[in-house]
Amino acid sequence: MSTREKVLWVVAGIAIVVYALFPVGWIVSLSLKSSDDIANGQFLPTALSWENYEQILVGDAAELFLPALRNSFGIVLIATFIACVLSMFAAYAIARLDFTGKKLILSTALAVAIFPVISIVTPLFNLWRQIGLYDTWPGLIIPYLSLTLPLSIWTMSAFFREIPWEMEQAAQVDGATTWQAFRKVIVPLATPGVFTTAIIAFFIAWNDFAYGISLTSTSASRPVPAALGLFSGASQFESPNGPIAAAAVIVTIPVVVLVLIFQRRIVAGLTNGAVKG
Amino acid sequence: MSTTAVESGTGSGTTPTPPGNGASDRARAEQRLGWLLAGPAFVVMLLVTAYPIAQAVYYSLFDYRLTDQENISFIGLNNYAVVLTDQIWWISFAVTVFITVVTVAVELVLGFALALVMMNALQAIRPVLRAAILIPYAVITVVSAFAWQYAFSLDSGFVNSWFSWLPGIAADTDWFGGTYTSLLVICLAEIWKTTPFISLLLLAGLAQVPDVLQEAAKVDGATWWQRMRKVTIPNMKAAIMVALLFRTLDAFRVFDTVFVMTNGANNTETVSFLAYRQTIARVEIGLGSAVSVLLFLSVVIICVGFIKGFKVDLSQARGEN
Repeated sequence: MSTREKVLWVVAGIAIVVYALFPVGWIVSLSLKSSDDIANGQFLPTALSWENYEQILVGDAAELFLPALRNSFGIVLIATFIACVLSMFAAYAIARLDFTGKKLILSTALAVAIFPVISIVTPLFNLWRQIGLYDTWPGLIIPYLSLTLPLSIWTMSAFFREIPWEMEQAAQVDGATTWQAFRKVIVPLATPGVFTTAIIAFFIAWNDFAYGISLTSTSASRPVPAALGLFSGASQFESPNGPIAAAAVIVTIPVVVLVLIFQRRIVAGLTNGAVKG
Repeated sequence: MSTTAVESGTGSGTTPTPPGNGASDRARAEQRLGWLLAGPAFVVMLLVTAYPIAQAVYYSLFDYRLTDQENISFIGLNNYAVVLTDQIWWISFAVTVFITVVTVAVELVLGFALALVMMNALQAIRPVLRAAILIPYAVITVVSAFAWQYAFSLDSGFVNSWFSWLPGIAADTDWFGGTYTSLLVICLAEIWKTTPFISLLLLAGLAQVPDVLQEAAKVDGATWWQRMRKVTIPNMKAAIMVALLFRTLDAFRVFDTVFVMTNGANNTETVSFLAYRQTIARVEIGLGSAVSVLLFLSVVIICVGFIKGFKVDLSQARGEN
């Protein structure tokens, strides 16, 4: 590669970093503007101010934001955990065992994944009201499984296919049962795949807005994205932009940290299941 | 690994059972274990989707308003007639198609460029690029929508002052005052957020193009552009099609960004938003269900169209072979 070419690719690389970080940088910058400064028409604040963070963490908006943050973490972590456990078993069966109906399960997962969320929200809204799940944690955890399960099953099946299965056979030859071989040999090998799947499932559930806004009505279960979406209308402040930006930054921190630590695995997880030669 | 050959042994060294004689004990046990392990996930998926959509189909045949529980009556396909003859449906359908076509087209080109850069970037900066590109993917859609909305908005934006030298942009340009400018900002936010996903799929496809072919074409004197058109793209057609299909289906369901940015104002309502508004905001369960079912059918038609029209092989795409 010539020096000129190298420089060209580096410049292109910098362009990508700017592309990816610019809107994030903007929302951080906006969150640090004081309420008088919001309309300064500039990208950067004239002076740094923690006013917006104060407002959502200890001030007027704290009672809207903090319960939502708690709900989001609780609901999303539980949903991710359940999806991972269920799909771990399913993916093992799909990658390893011969049984009829394997195709059916994979096709169902695909169909569920392309399903328009709003088409499910409508009937769930009604059903949840009848059976008392409206505005509760389980009322969101259950639909979140429909978001996270299909992708978890694919991603994990793809990971599980890469595992050297001869080792399991060796264990079985040595007298281990199928279950023992699974637990003692495969689980340690499969942990990275399960972990990656969990991160991706977390992203998906964390991102949800449609369920959150339709199936909740109070801070008892409303997650952060839905709270943000409604915040603009329901607030008594002059301009809700600053506090919303601050809240947006806070909910973005966990995903950015996950991305920075696990970038290689996340890319493998996202592409492994989707494109395979 | 074969997906159907139940009686052909399990590849674990046991002698294959003769076909027709039923499965061996080992194979039967495996069959049972398979369903035992995969069954729960399968049942949960069915319960959370098949049941609600069946319910939606059922409700869509009734005149049913949540605030008027006494007067629920069966009206057949009347809701569908109401929806399909209403201008609102067709406007939201057109808006959805517009957003889908614009975002997917731009994302394919932009995503391909990003994939090429990542492919050719020096080893040292590759992790940086990978982390950077994952950030838009991981940022919540609502957050991305707010970021872009505030950048363009009159009260807190900087876009107008930055680009005031362009004709047509002044300090008081109201981007959310008209249909097309609103849609432009919506598309920008969607493109920013979802291009990384498409570019990662394309990058995986690029990595599968055999180097030998590239070298051979180079030796034969093919230019960069010729190699791209005759070698690279044909060899990653499967990856391109899968990326296109998934993004198209995803784009067609656009909801969050529209909700945050315009709330459907100025004819920017999408099909998903219409279904939401009918059901959740207006509690017209019957009509809303009809819209939901129509949305579902649109998605199914797109999917079937892709698979039949472009021969997208999803079983291969999902690593199932």
